[in-house]
Amino acid sequence: MEQLRTIGRELAMGSQGGWGQSKEFLDLVKSIGEARSKAEEDRIISRELEYLKRRLADPDVPRRKMKELLLRLVYAEMLGHDASFGHIHAVKMTHDESLPLKRTGYLAVALFLDERHDLVILVVNTIQKDLRSDNYLVVCAALTAACRLIGEEAIPAVLPQVVELLAHPKEAVRKKAVMALHRFYQRSPSSVSHLVSNFRKRLCDNDPGVMGATLCPLYDLILEDPNSYKDLVVSFVNILKQVAERRLPTSYDYHQMPAPFIQIKLLKILAVLGSGDKQASGHMYTVLGDIFRKGDTASNIGNAILYECICCISSIFPNPKMLDAAAETTSKFLKSDSHNLKYMGIDALGRLIKINPDIAEEHQLAVIDCLEDPDDTLKRKTFELLYKMTKSTNVEVIVDRMIEYMINITDHHYKTEIASRCVELAEQFAPSNQWFIQTMNKVFEHAGDLVNIRVAHNLMRLIAEGFGEEDEGADSQLRSSAVDSYLRIVGEPKLPSSFLQIICWVLGEYGTADGKYSASYIIGKLYDVAEAHPTDDTVRAYAISAILKIFAFEIALGRKIDMLPECQSLVDELSTSHSTDLQQRAYELQALLGLDKQAVETVMPSDASCEDIEIDRNLSFLNGYVQQAFENGAAPYIPESEREGAISVSSYRAQDQQETSAHVLRFEAYELPKSSLPLAVSQASISTPTTDLVPVPEPSHYKEDNQMSRSQPSGDSLSGEFGVKLRLDGVQKKWGRPTYSSSSTPSSSTSSQQATNGGSSSVVGGSTSSQARESSYGSKRQQGTEVSVEKQRLAASLFGSSAAKADRRGQAGRKTAKESPTEKVATVNATPQPAKEQVIPSAPPPDLLDLGEPVSSRPPSADPFTQLEGLLGPASASPVLPETSASSTSKTADLLSIFSDDVQTGVTSGSTEPSLGVNVVAAKKGPSLQDALQKDATARQVGVTPAGNNPILFKDLLG
Amino acid sequence: MIQAVMVMSTQGKPRLLKFYSFQPPEKHQDLVRGVFQLLSARPDSVSNFIEADAIFGPGVKLVYKHLATLYFVFVFDSSENELAMLDLVQVFVETLDKCFKNVCELDVVFNFNKLHTILDEMILGGQVIETSSEQIMRSVEEIARLEKQSNTTSLIPKSISERFSR
Repeated sequence: MEQLRTIGRELAMGSQGGWGQSKEFLDLVKSIGEARSKAEEDRIISRELEYLKRRLADPDVPRRKMKELLLRLVYAEMLGHDASFGHIHAVKMTHDESLPLKRTGYLAVALFLDERHDLVILVVNTIQKDLRSDNYLVVCAALTAACRLIGEEAIPAVLPQVVELLAHPKEAVRKKAVMALHRFYQRSPSSVSHLVSNFRKRLCDNDPGVMGATLCPLYDLILEDPNSYKDLVVSFVNILKQVAERRLPTSYDYHQMPAPFIQIKLLKILAVLGSGDKQASGHMYTVLGDIFRKGDTASNIGNAILYECICCISSIFPNPKMLDAAAETTSKFLKSDSHNLKYMGIDALGRLIKINPDIAEEHQLAVIDCLEDPDDTLKRKTFELLYKMTKSTNVEVIVDRMIEYMINITDHHYKTEIASRCVELAEQFAPSNQWFIQTMNKVFEHAGDLVNIRVAHNLMRLIAEGFGEEDEGADSQLRSSAVDSYLRIVGEPKLPSSFLQIICWVLGEYGTADGKYSASYIIGKLYDVAEAHPTDDTVRAYAISAILKIFAFEIALGRKIDMLPECQSLVDELSTSHSTDLQQRAYELQALLGLDKQAVETVMPSDASCEDIEIDRNLSFLNGYVQQAFENGAAPYIPESEREGAISVSSYRAQDQQETSAHVLRFEAYELPKSSLPLAVSQASISTPTTDLVPVPEPSHYKEDNQMSRSQPSGDSLSGEFGVKLRLDGVQKKWGRPTYSSSSTPSSSTSSQQATNGGSSSVVGGSTSSQARESSYGSKRQQGTEVSVEKQRLAASLFGSSAAKADRRGQAGRKTAKESPTEKVATVNATPQPAKEQVIPSAPPPDLLDLGEPVSSRPPSADPFTQLEGLLGPASASPVLPETSASSTSKTADLLSIFSDDVQTGVTSGSTEPSLGVNVVAAKKGPSLQDALQKDATARQVGVTPAGNNPILFKDLLG
Repeated sequence: MIQAVMVMSTQGKPRLLKFYSFQPPEKHQDLVRGVFQLLSARPDSVSNFIEADAIFGPGVKLVYKHLATLYFVFVFDSSENELAMLDLVQVFVETLDKCFKNVCELDVVFNFNKLHTILDEMILGGQVIETSSEQIMRSVEEIARLEKQSNTTSLIPKSISERFSR
């Protein structure tokens, strides 16, 4: 009777829309919901699982009930409990005749299992059968399961059926068959490669849904190999056009947008196909322009399409009109109140500045706003953008910002990323070594354990090498400032290990170099470090070696130094350390203390970390010893290659012997390591070629250290003690002196000039363009911007216009009051040094002025890209450039067209050539300062900053 | 490609998990916890996107929508458009609303299999196949109808006689 009632209730539940669950399930969910603790919840679920285990195995359970039990099992597994005992029941249920049971079985199997699971083999057969079913729902369920469960080995079993289904009368089935095939392609491209043409065929499907589905696999295929799909460009453009023109049935509309997902996919495909292909891109401009024009910025999905358009435009061959439209939409995104749109805007901006770095300058305040937004996602995206647009003029601000942010986040993953970015930018663009060291110190202090150890080595090397060969004074100043800063920092708790290593090394090497600190003071500090990190052997090794160096330098100077008692106890402790490396170092220190001045000087010359170690590969200093041994009747050394046979025989014999006496104690003594001595020597000589430094495996600098210090007492030439750790090869020298930095850019002679005179070189460009803008500024100044001066200053330093707006406002008055720009330029040319200080603030184009004016917020009227197109052609680069600058100045500033003429003549008057064109050509040849200045100015006009981060695109331009 | 769809309560309880790229079951809870930590740390009225490469690997983002007591989360890689994904969440929620008439958390809890059915109509193998909620509803109703037809047969227990003989 009781059971009858249950059945009745089940029937009632079942009638509630066909999905209903039983009261038991309701109760289960309720009790889980009411559970006060995780433990209580776990108890409830384990009880449930016990029950399910019993019931699922019970043959008496009605089949419909089985479905519910299985769903409860799925639920339990979703909550994180092991339900593997029920997997076999799920598999069994897929065999069931009835549709709901079969579907539930497939659902459970797809959730429980993956293609590598043992039970899948039992499902493959069912899938195979169901794919042939008359009921299209069964076929769909099987296709869904196939997407999830069919692995590489099982693909051939179902492939013929899936291909057949591509022609199924129901479009839902066709769609799913396409997707299943796509999935198979992802799993194992080789097994379906012969069927790829099917995707092309399905592109012409009558049903737009199927066509849209086909775009997914095609996108993957095109990503892999765009060239074999170029013929489809026209078709894709046509489809996109038809969709955009609302030729599809309205049932495909979504929020009044025609088939937006299809549009997005098509735009993604076109972006790939048009990338770097002028001809293919040519087909796309019209339809892209249409989409922009019809663009609906009110709805979310409309913006999604516009964003995808921007991505497409920034990827295909650039077209000025399109870029204008893209920039305009981007600025709409950035000005929007929605964080989502701002995010998309920042992302779009990041794409567009790759083509035209100037675009960013219009949006500087928006970018700053995003940087200070409470939204973390937006902040990170903005940092990504800043990272992309970093150049030598703004690196300090950007890296400082990044570090500030880095200090405050706890997310390890992102901290690592941003720390490595800081390092990368600092290495690439650092304006001075001093700044570089300070920045690195900050990074190491806060994220030292997260950055690559290579970075630490680079920093040490920089301090050791300093500015280069000449100018010792600056080097020692750098070092003593580093020592100062490290002595300040070293006492702080919780410093990362790698940072402590740097500190120890620098203190050891240069702590006493300038005589400011006494040896005992430094040693005391080093002792503190070693004492504070009893578990970090690497740091202790560094510290003890540093102490050793200090002692050595003192002895070499003839000063007597007493061992502090606590230091002695440290050495004693280390000489009994578990780490043989530490022991070694401690003994070395003790041995060194007993040596006389001359010996110490040879073993540990001061400031020799950069010196090359000369290595005598022939070990000639051993000749006497060898000779003596010969005379005493020793056998001559046979090279390894020649004694191959002998060795193998002897080793064989030894092995043989060992085998026979494997379980017996061996009483004979071990053989003397006869051959191993020469072997080791030869190995050492192999690993240390005569050239510069010893190339030792990089990741294990710790070992390197060992190896090096081990060889110390043996007395062979050790001039470059710690230099060994620093690998010079293969590391870019981008920071530091301009002579280094220029080497990477193609036009080395001029760009080095530009780098040294970073400020002054931009003077010409700055003053001409600021003249040009002055006119628009004058009229707009009244509008007033409520933006805080603080932000403007930040913006200015970020985006290159290093003068705060207020500054410029003052200057503006003076300038309009008849300060002839010609004169100014002339003075600059005559005396670059003082002018540098004076004019730096107004150097790069001040874009703040264009705020809020959509018309003027467009890029400079001289279109960089028309010029670019010409430049990319066979025509010579230089003649076009002067025209650019001339036209841009005259076009933007009608009012000042007289001035702009003046500027031109002012510039040229400095040089001998009367013609501007010739002048720039000359710039390519000589490293004359003025030519460099001018070239920079023109480069700016064309949208290329000399230190821009897109050198490849503009390589032709810069020569 | 869409890598996962998650629905979880504002307390961090998973209500629906569907992974399109395989994740071992024992990892599911960690992923849910990781995502929930990200979500619960977000203030209101900020963007709906989070870069989740710390949890799911490089380049993976997630889009979420906070509705009543539920978070709807779609996890996807760089081949999808963020705004479009946000709208896909919208489609999903709209469909649920149509399906349950004023959907609430309880509907989602008790009918998670129906949610799976709906998702299967929207997304297959990590790719979007349908974005019209009407169309999805039609398919789902069709399935329900056909299931009900065959339901009548499955009501008969395996051993009905035994049941009543007791």
